[in-house]
Amino acid sequence: MKAPTKRRRAPPGPLDYTRRAWMRFVLLAVFVFLYAPLAALIAFSFNDSKRNIVWRGFTTKYYEKAAANEVLVEAFVNSLLIAFFTAAVATFLGAAAAWLLWRYRFPFKWVCEGAVALPIVIPEICMGVAMLVFFSRIGWPDDLPWPLNLSRIGIAHVSFAFPFVAVVVRARLASFNRELEEAARDLGAGPWTALRDTAIPHMRPGLVAGALLAFILSLDDFVITFFTSGPDTITFPVKVYSMVRFSVTPEVNAVSTVLVAVTAAATALAVGLRNRQFREGFL
Amino acid sequence: MDPDSSGLTAGAGTGRRPERQRGRRRAGLLPGFAALGSGLWFLLFFLAPLAFVWVFSFGRQEGLIDIELAWTLDNYLRALDPLYLDILLRSIWLAGLTAAVSLALGLPVAVGIAFAPARWKPLLLLLVVLPFLTNLLIRTYALIAVLRTKGYVNAVLGWAAEWLGLPFEPLPLLYNDAAVVIGLVYVHMPFMILPLYAALERMDRSLVEAALDLGASRARAFWTVVVPAALPGVFAGTILVFVPALGSYLTSDLLGGADSQMIANVIERQFKRANDWPFGAALSLLLIYAAFGTLALRPALARRWRGPR
Repeated sequence: MKAPTKRRRAPPGPLDYTRRAWMRFVLLAVFVFLYAPLAALIAFSFNDSKRNIVWRGFTTKYYEKAAANEVLVEAFVNSLLIAFFTAAVATFLGAAAAWLLWRYRFPFKWVCEGAVALPIVIPEICMGVAMLVFFSRIGWPDDLPWPLNLSRIGIAHVSFAFPFVAVVVRARLASFNRELEEAARDLGAGPWTALRDTAIPHMRPGLVAGALLAFILSLDDFVITFFTSGPDTITFPVKVYSMVRFSVTPEVNAVSTVLVAVTAAATALAVGLRNRQFREGFL
Repeated sequence: MDPDSSGLTAGAGTGRRPERQRGRRRAGLLPGFAALGSGLWFLLFFLAPLAFVWVFSFGRQEGLIDIELAWTLDNYLRALDPLYLDILLRSIWLAGLTAAVSLALGLPVAVGIAFAPARWKPLLLLLVVLPFLTNLLIRTYALIAVLRTKGYVNAVLGWAAEWLGLPFEPLPLLYNDAAVVIGLVYVHMPFMILPLYAALERMDRSLVEAALDLGASRARAFWTVVVPAALPGVFAGTILVFVPALGSYLTSDLLGGADSQMIANVIERQFKRANDWPFGAALSLLLIYAAFGTLALRPALARRWRGPR
């Protein structure tokens, strides 16, 4: 036994696969594979060299350069706006769908349950293509003023994000005691008041997690955005796509780092809230 | 129909009053509004777009923008053209290879996490999921910087060769099938690790101990107890990696060479440059059917393997 301090562990020796040297090596290798490219991307956004390969000292000039790039900033703001819109609408629709499917029995319910899962399993490219065809065939206006020119992307994002919200909220509803709602009704509350004071507070962690998930999904998406952005709408992924095709530059690294930071912040928020619920004894 | 009188479907075990005692109560307009909102959105902005694609897949492109609804199967038959069939089979091959590599790398990771001390597990799982939450384009871009001719891998190899005094030519790591598979594995790894982990978490640990007590070597206990217990996770993970990998667009577009295209790239071309929407629509539907077909395998596989080992 090499470990100097012997710690208590639930599974005894033979089951400690994690402590074998080869296992640790594989774990380490996979995590390096998963993280090294992103770490390099972030590190070289601070590198004082255009070549992106040799470390020449710390600088933030590429962030300043990116911040001065009006198109890039506009694209970034647009993407954040779409993500907030997606989070808001997808949470509402997803929660409504989850509540209906959990609470009521109606004809062809199994069809609805399957249908709600469709956007999760359909390949992204097919969904992107479908949205492209749909919006161009129904003549969705192309020349709307900002921010309405982002409506196609926002709508497409909501369509693929709200089933994920529904899954999260429904999982949360499974632990809801329906007698609470009935008790509220027995005490004279109307259907809306009963829902607001019993089911919705119980759903809240699911709603928050779902909203953050929708936000992250929207920020992460490239393919559907690519197919739904019009000729004049600039969004972050599409802008970066054109830059990436062209070359690898520290400026792209800087912008990517900012987006990674936003996603990481949203994730940290989600994890933090979940941990708090754990401590408070929910879930 | 009064929804309330029909009783609850889920949440069973919570409201256990007999059906007849539950008063008939008007549910108000609330469920109607909820159904109208989510249902209408789903119909309008999800099913309708898919229906457009479905209808177009039987159409015929006439001129630049007109599509005649010919109700023909020509577009589907065209997919059997050797040129496209080749790309179709290549996509299946690349996605299959991706699933295999993900499994080979993911199984040790899943075992490592499942048998790690309990307080490390959330952190390790988060570490698996975290890259997955980063924008796909950014992750692919990060890989370009690693793999390109002047990338980090070649730089490290170059320094090593210089140190050893060997001649060195940068390796062409980017723009080929290998780069596509690396990219796909990089992107889809969590889909493999998480189901494997879930399956291993459910495993009865005492079985391993029993095998060891009965004289099995550690390797044998691993192969006869741990691996079969992970099988449902293997099937789930393989399918969950295969399906999105089959339809991936960006990875093959940015990391692949001229001849490592996948179906999604062909679809994109039909809609953007080649401007043959009906053919693109037919290919999209074939891709959807392939995804559904693969997903449908899972319950069957799970049933088959649930029995005694």
